[in-house]
Amino acid sequence: MTWSEMQPLLSEECWNTLYMVGWSTLIAIVGGLPLGVLLVLTDRGGLLQNVLANRVIGQIVNVARSMPFIILMVALMGFTRWITGTTIGREAAIVPLAIGAIPFFARLVETAVREVDGGLVEAVQSMGGNVWTVVRKVLVPESLPSLISSTTTTIVALIGYSAMAGTVGAGGLGDLAIRYGYQRFETELMWIIVGILAVVISAIQFAGDYAARSLDRRGGRSGPAPRLRLLKAKKPLAADVDTVA
Amino acid sequence: MITTSGLTKVYRSRGREVTALDGVDLHVREGEVYGVIGQSGAGKSSLIRCVNLLERPTAGTVTVAGQDLTALAGRGPRAGRDLRAARSRIGMVFQHFNLVSSRTVQDNVELPLEILGTSGKERSRKALALLDLVGLADKAKSYPAQLSGGQKQRVGIARALAGDPKVLLSDEATSALDPETTRSILQLLRDLNRQLGLTVLLITHEMDVVKSVCDSAALMENGRIVESGTVSDLLATPGSELAAALFPVGGDASAEDRTVIDVTFHGDAATRPVISQLSRTYNIDISILGAAMDTVAGRQVGRMRIELPGRYEDNVVPIGFLREQGLQIELVGAAAEARVLVKDGAK
Repeated sequence: MTWSEMQPLLSEECWNTLYMVGWSTLIAIVGGLPLGVLLVLTDRGGLLQNVLANRVIGQIVNVARSMPFIILMVALMGFTRWITGTTIGREAAIVPLAIGAIPFFARLVETAVREVDGGLVEAVQSMGGNVWTVVRKVLVPESLPSLISSTTTTIVALIGYSAMAGTVGAGGLGDLAIRYGYQRFETELMWIIVGILAVVISAIQFAGDYAARSLDRRGGRSGPAPRLRLLKAKKPLAADVDTVA
Repeated sequence: MITTSGLTKVYRSRGREVTALDGVDLHVREGEVYGVIGQSGAGKSSLIRCVNLLERPTAGTVTVAGQDLTALAGRGPRAGRDLRAARSRIGMVFQHFNLVSSRTVQDNVELPLEILGTSGKERSRKALALLDLVGLADKAKSYPAQLSGGQKQRVGIARALAGDPKVLLSDEATSALDPETTRSILQLLRDLNRQLGLTVLLITHEMDVVKSVCDSAALMENGRIVESGTVSDLLATPGSELAAALFPVGGDASAEDRTVIDVTFHGDAATRPVISQLSRTYNIDISILGAAMDTVAGRQVGRMRIELPGRYEDNVVPIGFLREQGLQIELVGAAAEARVLVKDGAK
């Protein structure tokens, strides 16, 4: 296969991957952020303490998190058809991708929001703020650097999931690597894709780390060098992808 | 200004009950600085949190500025509209400042105003005026992490004042600060109290705080208020633990045949040179074993432990002289026992 043959394939599938990951990330944030905040608020000692609701939400998140992505995709077929009218193609792949990512992101949000100092919550209450004020003025802004890191992690995990979206004909770089690189022995193309993925993921991680750090006002000192952070951050990310997919 | 009656708070966790407040009656008058002192676990934190109902008391009532807060709907975090409005009129400063790290100093001060729905222009005008008041006008655009502890607490105070409160609650506001900064923060609280007529209720575990700024004080132990009153009233109370702690005097008799007495100065007597008068009138040598004098609320108060030659029986007249001067006398050690013997003998 020559470069001129590969190039259109690569650019099209690159776009497909971005399309699927972009939309599902957006949906994951819209769904996962309130869910994660709710997990903290309803917990024992939280502002909206409701142990039953907390257990139910927590359990739903756990079940969704424990499902291998490929199974989730099959299990959600009925739902996907109801939403998009079809079970194949990239729009159809977005549904299970988003649904898989919502609980994943929600757990990360929960951890990030839990880090916020309880004294700040008390301070806002003493000023006469209600629960919504606390969420809007303190919990979300104060955990923003962590929330951005969580988003980065989610995007990288979604790129991993999206490789499996090829099984429902959604295309994407991962699918291209399987079909050409593995099934048609186009090893060169496969390595090119691996290279592209490595570059894309590094770039996303770098951008995420940079954004998180520049928003972090908690300490006066500057963080470790970006390159070091990149290397450190990759290890837990690989583990995350394994446990979810 | 602040009145609590029968305030009781019981925490229940896993079947165990802990009584943090046990029928606390507190009365803070308008315009005074009132200090509640006690060791950790005495219930101070619960008390101050019950005053603005961050913690809902198990029993009892809290009245602030004539409004019965306990009657307002809502429970703790899920406070109703009326309770939230009442809270916005009570400022609160915290031990660990509790500033929002992602906001600039000015935005932190504006936070309560945002909650009150003040317009943007008015918010920044007021925030800058308050920062000027606490001496941080040049730090408006800094972030809390760039400030020192004392500066952070000044921001905390400016923020607490944003809602024009009549009452300021201070939860160990100086406990995380060094002595020098503590003094400057206390001075600021004192100034605000005078300038704005602000009523301040502060809790602390440091006697120095009470000594340097408080008009009145209460001692808390095991969820109860053991003693309370204005600082000079407390001093006038024989055997007051708080007075003894505020003005500690030590020293033992240098020989067997000596009389040791504690003299408490308060009110007018403190301005007269009574000790030298005593020495001249009765021609006796007086040694001072220890003394703790201070200016509390603009008046000289304090205690002194002095030693008179001779046993108690020999010193009845000089002691009577001191009492006549309006001083309060407590006998220490052997002298106290001797007095009991003399009294018994008289019977």
